[in-house]
Amino acid sequence: MAEEQTASEKRPVVIQELEDVVIRFAGDSGDGMQLTGTQFTNTAAIVGNDISTLPDYPAEIRAPAGTLAGVSGFQVHMAQSHIWTPGDTPDVLIAMNPAALKASLPDLEPGASIIINTDAFTPANLAKAGYETNPLRDGSLKNFQVYEVPITTLNRNAVQDVEGLSPKQLDRSRNFFALGLVYWLYDRPLEPTMEWVKKKFAKRPEIIEANIRALQAGYNYGDTTRLFQTRYRIRPASLPPGTYRKVSGNEALAMGLVTAARKAGKPLFYGSYPITPASDILHALAPLRNYDVITFQAEDEIAAMGSVVGAAFGGAMAATGTSGPGIALKSEAINLAVMLELPMVIIDVQRGGPSTGLPTKTEQSDLLQVLFGRNGESPLPVLAPATPAECFDIALMAFRIAVRAMTPVIVLSDGYLGNSAQPWNIPDPDDIPPIEIKHPTEPNGNGVFLPYKRDPETLARPWAIPGAAGLEHRIGGLEKAPEYGNVSYSPHDHEQMVRERAEKIARLVEFIPELDVFGPEEGDLLVLGWGSTYGAIHAAVADAQNRDLPVAHAHLRYLNPFPRNLGDVLSRYKRVLVPEMNMGQLAMLLRSQYLCDVTPLNKVQGRPFKIIEISRKIDEMLSGAEK
Amino acid sequence: MTTIQLTRKDFVSDQTVRWCPGCGDYAILAQMQKVLPELGIPKENIVFISGIGCSSRFPYYMNTYGIHSIHGRAPTLATGLKLANPDLSVWVITGDGDALSIGGNHLLHAARRNVDINLILFNNRIYGLTKGQYSPTSPRGTRTKSSPMGTIEWPLNPISIALAAEATFVARTVDVLQKHMHDIFLQAANHKGFSFVEVLQNCVIFNDGAWEQYANRKLRDDNDIFLEPGKPMVFGRYSDKGLIQTPDGLEIVELNDEYTIDDLAVHHVESLELAWELSRFQYPKPLPLGVIYNVTRETFGEGVRGQIADAKVLKGEGDLYKLYNAGETWQVKKNGRK
Ligand code: SF4
Repeated sequence: MAEEQTASEKRPVVIQELEDVVIRFAGDSGDGMQLTGTQFTNTAAIVGNDISTLPDYPAEIRAPAGTLAGVSGFQVHMAQSHIWTPGDTPDVLIAMNPAALKASLPDLEPGASIIINTDAFTPANLAKAGYETNPLRDGSLKNFQVYEVPITTLNRNAVQDVEGLSPKQLDRSRNFFALGLVYWLYDRPLEPTMEWVKKKFAKRPEIIEANIRALQAGYNYGDTTRLFQTRYRIRPASLPPGTYRKVSGNEALAMGLVTAARKAGKPLFYGSYPITPASDILHALAPLRNYDVITFQAEDEIAAMGSVVGAAFGGAMAATGTSGPGIALKSEAINLAVMLELPMVIIDVQRGGPSTGLPTKTEQSDLLQVLFGRNGESPLPVLAPATPAECFDIALMAFRIAVRAMTPVIVLSDGYLGNSAQPWNIPDPDDIPPIEIKHPTEPNGNGVFLPYKRDPETLARPWAIPGAAGLEHRIGGLEKAPEYGNVSYSPHDHEQMVRERAEKIARLVEFIPELDVFGPEEGDLLVLGWGSTYGAIHAAVADAQNRDLPVAHAHLRYLNPFPRNLGDVLSRYKRVLVPEMNMGQLAMLLRSQYLCDVTPLNKVQGRPFKIIEISRKIDEMLSGAEK
Repeated sequence: MTTIQLTRKDFVSDQTVRWCPGCGDYAILAQMQKVLPELGIPKENIVFISGIGCSSRFPYYMNTYGIHSIHGRAPTLATGLKLANPDLSVWVITGDGDALSIGGNHLLHAARRNVDINLILFNNRIYGLTKGQYSPTSPRGTRTKSSPMGTIEWPLNPISIALAAEATFVARTVDVLQKHMHDIFLQAANHKGFSFVEVLQNCVIFNDGAWEQYANRKLRDDNDIFLEPGKPMVFGRYSDKGLIQTPDGLEIVELNDEYTIDDLAVHHVESLELAWELSRFQYPKPLPLGVIYNVTRETFGEGVRGQIADAKVLKGEGDLYKLYNAGETWQVKKNGRK
């Protein structure tokens, strides 16, 4: 570190220990806020904090600079204890321009700290953000602890003599200045980020130079300025022992798919069409050709699904990933797969709908679509991971179910799970049991092959793949005769096949785990969720339990079929609260299937639940205060 | 592998064929069942995939593996299947509605990717299975139930579409020309890459005689031109007409004192320009039949498998331990970390 810059004047700085802190980096989408937040998170993970992140970025790649539409934010929650969510409200906001301040302000509680890049608060930028007066001068920030830092100017001074970059390019390093300052504030090492910069820009030494200087200058600024009197320290969290890495839901799904294929001793075929927020699964799999991963970027969603059906017929572990609009297009081919009874995994990383909706914002509104959005009686299993790390296990389980029951399986993730990250206790691949698959080699019916002769236990049909002599057969989307699989329009054949397809999925209750309850086994209130609401619900319920409130949490990973004991669990509580990021889709299913009058709590703002939103509802229900 | 002696009968399934009596599809099915034994491919390695329409019932009648899939999507299933299992001989059976209307997009992309499959397009210029609406290849003015005053849509030219979509093998034949069809199917099967074959097929019920001038024994000699690679392009009942190359393109001439066979243009299957020009021939010009275009290019599957092989050389065989532990990792010991 450059000594001469810090030597000016040593001053007393208080170091304060914190349990946890929530920091949000916000700026223009060109300001590199996702990168800054990711770097900060990586460092926090490496020093051992528990972490949870929430990236929030606009759908437009480069929305008009300086406007509210162009604000890109990255929120990270780090703690010395186990945490479940990216945090309800930022304790610290780093606002790189007026629009970023304006967009984030409604999320801040009084007393929060705001570090502001004052250089960006020009009349033009204020106008673009829709500010009539300068919030730095008009007293509107009086409830916050504001730190005014001329980041652009300070950064320019630090990097001005780096050669080979234009002034504009030099200015791009200012996010590293901000990052360096926050590193100082939270007493973090610079080395992990410096290493990353060196690797990332290996071919551009001038960019390495600028970014590292900016980073150090930010850090040194914290050290020398009189602005900050306190630094904060967050101890390492006591996570279960093991080797950890940071993982996002999309990364974990990709690794789960590859693992399933390896454990089945087969290639992975992933046919997909780019769509937000699922494309990162494709990006994670595409470089894995040496794992026998065949990624196929299809011409459209329909083709992606068709290719997966074809690959499954050919004996591959076949999967696709998409979002709600893609599921709509894929439904016809998914339905063909239901009829053909072939194994495959279909991932839906849900986003706000309907139609194109909110491409970069999260929602859980595809549950009914994946259950019922196909013509005819078309049952298939639906799974939903609760956390980013759990995406790994669910992807594996989805494939186990698919090959067991010879069925397409849907995995419902969402934009929040897909993009947010948490520490992952890395498993030992050798501890993961294999996926046993038996392709028949002999006819199963007196010398002839009956493609729809079912296994008496699972009702699965045999997975005979082309290349097996003597088992040639034709299957298709038309209704079939039981066992033989020949086209049949007979009323009885149709009813029998409809019932068998339904029964086959229903029997999976024997295979899936029962529903666990966190908290009292019976009592006044159960909070029942599914998918990415896990963190917020868990934290709210844990908090209520600490306040001696009689409330339990259960979280569904299996939405079709439901766990065998769900009805029993529901019956043991006087009331059941069902928070969902939709208008009550699970609630509707529970009511119709269990005649249980659950209380829905719905949020459709394109953002995850805050803990407080669930806490308030719990308190309200338990105090009888609700209307 | 031992040599396999298969016969036509081996490829006949136990299902009753349900096309209308007199439908051109029967002849195509019969030819296919004759061609396959000649390929020397075990029948368990052959897969027929179809979409929806009269032609798409085809796989049920073949004693091979098969999928009767959904409307227009057969090329997508074939692509996935061929990528997953490169040893298979994969055939797509489709029609003018299936391939050029609802499935138009998939046809384009299977062709440009050069997926090593054979696509046989039964072109009867009508929707048969839905009982007689106009199709994307119906000539302008065709009167059908859905176009009582005649269609006002301009038809697509399947051969031009295949060429524009970068197909590497493009051919045309007619359902009644048994020997010719046989030869074209054989060549399509032996082409490595995407083979596109248009078969002019008669729908006796809803569009009878749509290809009369090319199929009728009395008319066809003057209206069909049989292309053969490296041979002069000659046609006519008495082989008395041919095509010459002029600065304005191909022109029809009569062979007489002025022009002899040596003056005629020769068919180059590797010339995209020539193929394109031939694809635009319309009545009363003769209809080009045979292999119109045939080039070799890396297939999609070869490309993918090449990358897999390269990746294994560069990075080594995939190892889950390495995959999980890529990037930054950290240790947590009992009671806290590090
Ligand atoms: S409707 Fe036409 S195309 Fe269809 S089976 Fe009958 S004759 Fe053949």
